[in-house]
Amino acid sequence: MYDVAIIGAGVVGGMTARALSKYKLKICILEKENDVAMGATKANSAIVHAGFDAKEGSLKARLNVRGAEMMPTVCRELGVKYQNNGSLVVGFNEEDRAIINDLLARGKANGVAGLEILEQDALKRLEPNISGEAICALHAPTGSIVCPYDLTVAAIGNAMDNGAQLKRNFAVCRIESTENGYLLSSQTDSVEARFVINCAGVYSDAVANMVGDTSFRVHPRKGEYILLDKECGTLVSHTIFQTPSKMGKGILISPTVDGNLLLGPTSVDGEDKENKATTQEGFADIIEKAQKSIGAVPLGKTITSFCGLRAVGSTGDFIITSPKKGFINAAGIESPGLSASPAIAEYITQMLSQQGLTLTEKESYNPIRTSSHAFREMSLEEKNRLIKENPAYGRIICRCEGVTEGEILDALRRNPKATDLDGVKRRTRAQMGRCQGGFCSPYIIELLARELGVPYERVTKSGGASFINVAQTKGGQ
Amino acid sequence: MKDLVIIGGGPAGMSAAIAAADSGIRDILVIERDAHLGGILQQCIHNGFGLHKFGEELTGPEYAWKYEQKLHDLNIDYKLNTMVLDLSEDKVITATNSEDGIFQIRAKAVILAMGCRERAKGALNIAGSRPAGIYSAGTAQKFVNMKGFLPGKNVVILGSGDIGLIMARRMTLEGAKVHAVCELMPYSGGLARNIQQCLHDFDIPLRLSHTVVEIHGKDRLEGVTIAQVDASRKPIEKTREYIPCDTLLLSVGLIPENELSKAAQVDISPITNGAVVDQDRQTSVPGIFACGNVLHVHDLVDFVSEEAEIAGKAAAEYINGSQSDALSIPVKTDGKIRYTVPQIITRKKDVTVYFRVSDVYKNVSVKVTSGDAVIVSKKKRKVAPGEMESITLKRDQLASVKELYFSLEGM
Ligand SMILES: Cc1cc2nc3c(=O)[nH]c(=O)nc-3n(C[C@H](O)[C@H](O)[C@H](O)COP(=O)(O)OP(=O)(O)OC[C@H]3O[C@@H](n4cnc5c(N)ncnc54)[C@H](O)[C@@H]3O)c2cc1C
Ligand SMILES: Cc1cc2nc3c(=O)[nH]c(=O)nc-3n(C[C@H](O)[C@H](O)[C@H](O)COP(=O)(O)OP(=O)(O)OC[C@H]3O[C@@H](n4cnc5c(N)ncnc54)[C@H](O)[C@@H]3O)c2cc1C
Repeated sequence: MYDVAIIGAGVVGGMTARALSKYKLKICILEKENDVAMGATKANSAIVHAGFDAKEGSLKARLNVRGAEMMPTVCRELGVKYQNNGSLVVGFNEEDRAIINDLLARGKANGVAGLEILEQDALKRLEPNISGEAICALHAPTGSIVCPYDLTVAAIGNAMDNGAQLKRNFAVCRIESTENGYLLSSQTDSVEARFVINCAGVYSDAVANMVGDTSFRVHPRKGEYILLDKECGTLVSHTIFQTPSKMGKGILISPTVDGNLLLGPTSVDGEDKENKATTQEGFADIIEKAQKSIGAVPLGKTITSFCGLRAVGSTGDFIITSPKKGFINAAGIESPGLSASPAIAEYITQMLSQQGLTLTEKESYNPIRTSSHAFREMSLEEKNRLIKENPAYGRIICRCEGVTEGEILDALRRNPKATDLDGVKRRTRAQMGRCQGGFCSPYIIELLARELGVPYERVTKSGGASFINVAQTKGGQ
Repeated sequence: MKDLVIIGGGPAGMSAAIAAADSGIRDILVIERDAHLGGILQQCIHNGFGLHKFGEELTGPEYAWKYEQKLHDLNIDYKLNTMVLDLSEDKVITATNSEDGIFQIRAKAVILAMGCRERAKGALNIAGSRPAGIYSAGTAQKFVNMKGFLPGKNVVILGSGDIGLIMARRMTLEGAKVHAVCELMPYSGGLARNIQQCLHDFDIPLRLSHTVVEIHGKDRLEGVTIAQVDASRKPIEKTREYIPCDTLLLSVGLIPENELSKAAQVDISPITNGAVVDQDRQTSVPGIFACGNVLHVHDLVDFVSEEAEIAGKAAAEYINGSQSDALSIPVKTDGKIRYTVPQIITRKKDVTVYFRVSDVYKNVSVKVTSGDAVIVSKKKRKVAPGEMESITLKRDQLASVKELYFSLEGM
């Protein structure tokens, strides 16, 4: 019997698990995929929004501003890269300027600090590569960037270090009320918990339906991206938004915390919650719009493209409700859900307490997790000392990103353990560089097979039937 | 302090080391990040290596072994499992391995021989999902030849580069079915020999002017949609065709690995993606030389070895201070000839200029001119981007030349 079961290991479920792991509670996280951060959390713009976008008085506005405030501390404790690069909403004509003025007013009402309007000269000084067509911009110095999957892996790892349990490949398909709470079942397994938190992303309506809550719907809205090589990472230093208008929200151009350049997202409503395919139309749309902001886009430097699904709720706001005692929805968590996530966790904790969950702090609670980037950030002497102790840190496996065997083994052994190739990628950046794993994946598979104790050909890309190899060769081992 | 450090222990690095040793340099270190010397050759278990150099058809590992033995005979020092992380303009090398940790060496001369990597799928922006089952051809080659595992059974290959062609045959021999090799261009980028021996001999269809436009499948690849492309290489909608398959191999180009060269401030050619070099394969940074696939992509290892010998010998001369600098003759091209190596001539001696063309041309003559003067004119029945060509200029022909211009003229 658990005190709390969290459905969904995205950033919202992860932050919530971490917030609750501070207390004397038995917690489990149920995730249908083979790893954490597999939903919207792994494919988004990675922006910690300043908070001028959401409507005054909405839960989105409140939790965004609070979450953005909490984020630097959370990232410091979890050793996650966070960069306060500032953001700019760029206007190309007088209509845009009017909207930018509205955003400024809204931001002030939401309590966002430091907002200012820049004219063309000042804008050019800040971002020399911006298009000459840009006439003004809203500058939000508190806008920041973060790595969303690093944040989630770290939050869940920290929660696990503090006692929480993670059950993977556990797709909740039935929820029944019991005497003391709820029985949550997958096709093959079940757990019982006094309190349940629904953080199931695009499927949060389906999960709410399992307890009879049909008060809202969630539909997927596609967002496609193009990611460029690190050579392009300094093309802009701020996150560059286009002014939202009748014509749509435009796309953003932003450096990432790892030094690449991200272009996107598109915005296309759909019905299929599994369809994360990129499209020719999407590419064309991104390219056309990106050109508006920075002129020529060095597309030859594309490293990869991907697509995320926004969980768009039918109410227009975050749906953080309790349809039944002991059951809490965190649904319709679209943007700025990443920014708001620490505040959503705080909010849910308060709701649980109000519903009678006793929150007693654990003495053993440790909010600190050693950073996944610890080795990179060491001095030469520290690195050499570590290599002496553990020679695996002297061996480079991923040559593009310079990731050592030691770092990969760390990802395979530390909470939450990577158990497939993509899991290693998100934790270490191995396979994320220019050659996209062409060189290092055969070696990483070897390490995975050894650590998991499975044959080489049973190693997967991302769980399920995503096998990399299908058989031994005729002359094979 | 070392006299000569060579980065990369593939055929280029080994030949360069041997040539430098033959020229009297003793204090040499070859640094190789893999567990063995030989570079990419170790996974090329097919034959076809060494035809020019040794007059016999060797496999990749056999070819490499000839050089490895020589390296041992000459007592040339090398470090395996050691990756060079950084190279500075003043030739300080930072490297790492398990035994020494992260260490630095200063060298009088450096030879870059890091080879190349395959272009990845990302650069192609193919629409669709991102399942398992999509690999670059060289990665698949490593799975099959080095690890003993088969990455799939029903295969489509995109790109007709040599590695793709070789893998079409290799996968077939392993019992997989190769349904098609799609090539965006109206001609193949691979060697004519490989098209015959790897595709035609196995009845594997080569679909020229075709590309993959969509990828299907959730966990593992389930199929690809291919389409014919028009003259501007845009897919033609009504020619879309679905091919069920569990594997897509990409052989869409090789990119010289020049991260270290860039770190050392070496000038890079936007066409070859390798260093700009003179006839000695010396880069824009004195004392830093480059050879092999890191300089420009070769189709035959024999030419790699040849080029590396030039670099090794010249590095020795540099270390001994016996280099004489006199000229500065830039070598320019007309675009039909896409590039030459070297791109500049600085010494008066016989120079073989290697070049590639940018399209397939028939019945042409290659002209080398200096102003109005024609220095060489060579007739060619057919030239193709997949086959490297060369012209040797005699020392005397360079006498009063200010600039060399390579062009292709119809006949
Ligand atoms: C294109 C795009 C751009 C965005 N940009 C930003 C941005 O710049 N800044 C920002 O703040 N926010 C942004 N967001 C929003 C942000 O990404 C999301 O709000 C956040 O990731 C939501 O996290 P989550 O944990 O609620 O959902 P998810 O990450 O989707 O996690 C839900 C998890 O639940 C699991 N699950 C579902 N059903 C079940 C079940 N039945 N049983 C077990 N597990 C289940 C899923 O597998 C998944 O892992 C963006 C979103 C998108 C799509
Ligand atoms: C699949 C394939 C099939 C081929 N088939 C034929 C054929 O049939 N006939 C033929 O004649 N030729 C063939 N070739 C061409 C020929 O083998 C290559 O051109 C030749 O191997 C290139 O030699 P290289 O030394 O420049 O590069 P490589 O062989 O790639 O060697 C470069 C070496 O440098 C090392 N290195 C790189 N960076 C670092 C660093 N930072 N620190 C330390 N070490 C580093 C690498 O690990 C590698 O060992 C083929 C090539 C391929 C890829």
